[in-house]
Amino acid sequence: MLAGKAMHVAIPLLAILLGLLVGAIVMVITGHNPIEAYGALVAGIFGSSYYFGEMIRTMTPLILGGLAVAFAYRTGLFNIGVEGQLIVGWLASVYVGAAFEAPMAIHLPLSIAAAAVAGALWALVPGILKAKLHVHEVIVSIMMNYIALYTANAIIRTYLLIPGERTESIYPSASLASPFFQSLTEYSRLHYGFLIAVAACLFMWFFLWKTTAGYELRAVGLNANASTYAGMNVSRNIILSMAISGAFAGLAGAAEGLGTFGYMSILSGFTGVGFEGIAVALLGTNTALGVFLSAFLFGGLKTGALTMNQQTNVPTELISIVIALIIFFVASSYVVRLMLLKRKKGDK
Amino acid sequence: MDVLALIVSTTIYSAAPLMLAALGGLFSERSGVVNIGLEGLMVIGAFSVIVTTLTLEAAGVGALSVWIGLLVAAVVGALFSLFHAVASIHFQADQVVSGVALNFLAVGLSVYIINLLYGSGQTAYIENRFYRFNIPGLSDIPVIGPLFFSNVYATSFLAFGLAFLVYYVIYYRPFGLRLRSVGEHPQAADTMGIRVIKMRYIGVMLSGVFAGLGGAVFAATFSGNFSATTITGQGFMALAALIFGKWHPLGVIGATLFFGLAQALGVVGQQLPFLSDVPPVFLLIAPYVLTILALAGFVGRAEGPKALGKPYIKGSR
Repeated sequence: MLAGKAMHVAIPLLAILLGLLVGAIVMVITGHNPIEAYGALVAGIFGSSYYFGEMIRTMTPLILGGLAVAFAYRTGLFNIGVEGQLIVGWLASVYVGAAFEAPMAIHLPLSIAAAAVAGALWALVPGILKAKLHVHEVIVSIMMNYIALYTANAIIRTYLLIPGERTESIYPSASLASPFFQSLTEYSRLHYGFLIAVAACLFMWFFLWKTTAGYELRAVGLNANASTYAGMNVSRNIILSMAISGAFAGLAGAAEGLGTFGYMSILSGFTGVGFEGIAVALLGTNTALGVFLSAFLFGGLKTGALTMNQQTNVPTELISIVIALIIFFVASSYVVRLMLLKRKKGDK
Repeated sequence: MDVLALIVSTTIYSAAPLMLAALGGLFSERSGVVNIGLEGLMVIGAFSVIVTTLTLEAAGVGALSVWIGLLVAAVVGALFSLFHAVASIHFQADQVVSGVALNFLAVGLSVYIINLLYGSGQTAYIENRFYRFNIPGLSDIPVIGPLFFSNVYATSFLAFGLAFLVYYVIYYRPFGLRLRSVGEHPQAADTMGIRVIKMRYIGVMLSGVFAGLGGAVFAATFSGNFSATTITGQGFMALAALIFGKWHPLGVIGATLFFGLAQALGVVGQQLPFLSDVPPVFLLIAPYVLTILALAGFVGRAEGPKALGKPYIKGSR
């Protein structure tokens, strides 16, 4: 049998290749040149430091969203509610950032913490229902997404609205904007939120693999019954896992609210980060490093798509198709694994 | 009376697309396959009906175009659902993940094609939308006439008709029994000679037919054109209705009517003295909150089919 580690790398890589390949076929069928298009895509990521900065900015919430999904997955939970947790986190961070002015050393951490707490609280609903009443977390978290979207919009519309269908801008003392990063990248919108995302990756790795609490979370994810028998409190672990997962998602909202935009608009629909976070986590095999790398890929695809569209006229939606196909191929990894194993046997 | 008639008719026409899509979800989930992809199937249905209608109108087919569009939407929905079926039944993919991928693909693919065909992210408006009409004779009946037979859409009757048909098929035909058995206990069903894989494929494809129709009805009644934001959440609301209706056709009718009522009150609420003080957001989130409460057992326990979400592996116990 192929070693587990090799499989962890082989399946995502194969999924990416197949996704890009089918994307290329779609382009050929619809009369576009895939080589030119993918060339423009790559140029749109690495072509200038501005593009590169924008790419890192795009991948920042994707890292955090991906971590949220991956972290929950480690406890055997599927957090499909990242989108809603992100929205409440975004709103909370902007509210704290705009409500009062304070020294940066207090204001910024407070605004970031507000986002994490809001996200965690939002995730507690599916977490507690799962732990105490065995309600499936997938449906509850989907419903929580819509409740978050409509409620956040209503709160902005009723209490925080200024012309332009948005909230007030946050005070500079709560801003993650980074003149240093901007000067490095020809004034892209790259901000310090990226450092938060990197720190979150390190936190997830350290917590899951180096602490007792993290060991328990993984044990519950692998086998809840055995964990109960070993004396672990399964329902407490489920709730803790959802709360931490939601906090990651809330931080993704802070990255948008305090970093990229500095305010929150009335949203006409979801940001997409939550659902792309599922793709990021799946492709990253639910590890911190994997999430970072696959967020890099998806951030790159999303940023490069704009240049691809400008230069070769291929609609940016091609990238949504490619992302969907990558999810599909990772999800169907059972078959991929079967194929790889058969070939291996044939070699003998 | 006028307000009541307005509420009733708005409730019914808001409920129609949800009802169709939720019935689609019912077929899939009763066979044991979770269908988060209802939203994507509705998107594909909306896309199909608009593109077909625009094309046929340009060819001079006229008022019949949109009805042919509905048929096309049902067929395309069934074909598109194969994506979910193959992944979740044959490839044993996580059914939730596969459904998420389907939703992604539906929006990406349909907007990509719209861009190619029309050079923009949204289509023109179709001319032959579904319009309200009064049913001759029946609409003159006092009380009932103005409530149920005036200002109605033909598609609402289609939705109700299909809903009762589904009820009959699921509970009174051998096919329905087989479908349900496959979702409750596939091993036992297999022992009795029922082909589990085949039944699940049929279940998922029927969900494509119905959700495709639901999306098509929504697009051809409300929006009249297609863009990435034509279907925003109706599929998930249909999923909510399926759960709130406890995976039962009559429950689905009740739940979608209730959700339709919530929407209707949102539309007419300002004219009603006791509702004008209620912020509209409460009506907006009501379906989702109720679904959570139903799942938590506060509105009567909602138990899904037993084998829901589990791939069937022959020979396993």
